[in-house]
Amino acid sequence: MSDVKTDRSYTKDHEWALSEGGTLKVGITRYAVEQLGDITLVNLDVKAGDTVDSGKAFGTIESVKTLSDLFSPVAGKVVAVNTSLDDRPELVNEDCWAAWMVEIEPSGEAEGLLDAAAYEALLASLDH
Amino acid sequence: MSDAPSATTKQSPLHEAHLAAKGRMVPFAGYELPVQYAGLVAEHTAVRTAAGLFDVSHMGELELRGPGALGVVDRVVTNDAKKLVDGQAMYTCSCNERGTILDDLIVYRKGAEEWLVVCNASNREKMVAHFAAEAARSSGCDFVDASDRTALVALQGPKALSIAGRIGGEALAALGSFHFAEATLGGVKVLASRTGYTGEDGLEIFCAPEGAMQLWNALLEAGAPLGLVPAGLGARDTLRLEARLSLYGNEIDETTNPLEAGLAWVVKLDKGDFIGRDALVAVKQAGLARKLVGFEVTGKQIARHGYPLLDASGEVVGQCTSGSPAPTVGKNIGLGYLPAALAAIGTGFAVDCRGRKAEAVVVKTPFYKAS
Repeated sequence: MSDVKTDRSYTKDHEWALSEGGTLKVGITRYAVEQLGDITLVNLDVKAGDTVDSGKAFGTIESVKTLSDLFSPVAGKVVAVNTSLDDRPELVNEDCWAAWMVEIEPSGEAEGLLDAAAYEALLASLDH
Repeated sequence: MSDAPSATTKQSPLHEAHLAAKGRMVPFAGYELPVQYAGLVAEHTAVRTAAGLFDVSHMGELELRGPGALGVVDRVVTNDAKKLVDGQAMYTCSCNERGTILDDLIVYRKGAEEWLVVCNASNREKMVAHFAAEAARSSGCDFVDASDRTALVALQGPKALSIAGRIGGEALAALGSFHFAEATLGGVKVLASRTGYTGEDGLEIFCAPEGAMQLWNALLEAGAPLGLVPAGLGARDTLRLEARLSLYGNEIDETTNPLEAGLAWVVKLDKGDFIGRDALVAVKQAGLARKLVGFEVTGKQIARHGYPLLDASGEVVGQCTSGSPAPTVGKNIGLGYLPAALAAIGTGFAVDCRGRKAEAVVVKTPFYKAS
């Protein structure tokens, strides 16, 4: 079922943020994928060079059934977007831990992110 | 991602079966119901190629009896109930005096003085009050809301009738479309109707709540070798959309009339008086200002309920009522209201998908038709 990776941080909105040499790659968790179902579209509204605010939407992800906003977990500058999701949104279904959406260079300390244990506890509280 | 069920959320008689099948439960029309089990697309495809089993026990069942029952039904609905024979059912709208849609219904004639009306769960209270008021105004009509003592499952797909045949419903294969009969399926007494909401052949099966689990399990057990799977509200929605079947609250509501919704075929203006007739005659004489159309989005974007529809100059001229990727059709499809001048097949327009402008074209419906 829902698994959690210990190498990264999480948000309450079921996104992950993976630190890689000063930048953060952002994706969505297995739980989010399970809630969405068959993913058919990833819309990224930002490009490299854009600034993003913490908690502000940078795109949307859509399944057959529904649509969900993607929120930036930190404030900073976008250094890359994963354009391969344009044509292959199903990559998110196939491996949500690899299918990052944006890479952000944070402008300051990331606040309010959950570590793997805290995120696992959040999932446990949702699982009834 | 969904609202927590409130204390007043009702459970279907099949609730335990949904939990056992790992259904993802969501609040829907006052009930807690499965939006999907294994996956929406897999369930959708199973219904198109084999069969799916849906719990639709949330639907309302209204019973009318007595020598005045036909008169009440015929006054409340837009289609002609007088044309039905015993064992026959019909799809219809029910309108208010303004000619807009209170609900869409299936009316069953069990006998000259025994009628069953199935209404949407979301409209149950409204329709109960409406029928009760009409019954009270007439003589010789007893009206009962039987919803809480009626379970309803839909067995849909090309294998539906052979599955029913494996557990005692052999005779049901002889039923014509929109006809129904009593049967015993898996040891449970049922009323089975050759109707559905998926665009496939199939049955909608009524039984007492006490028998619902036995019926559900017997159908799944008999049907599993033929590819039957339990299917949720998500697949029900994509299936009905491909078949261009209206959903109350999306395509039709109290701001829409049946003529603009493409439901003129269930409005019999010459059948005699009924509620909303005068208003609908006026609508017909004035001509339709807008029409419900089917469309395909030509790019990758997905139209959704409520998105604005734009003409060539970018003006908002209509609204999307339903939209989704269509698993069988393989395109992003939708339904929506457009001005009559833009409603012809082949007309191009755009959908405002949350700020992204997506090209779309009016197409022929249904998007999918069973072969």
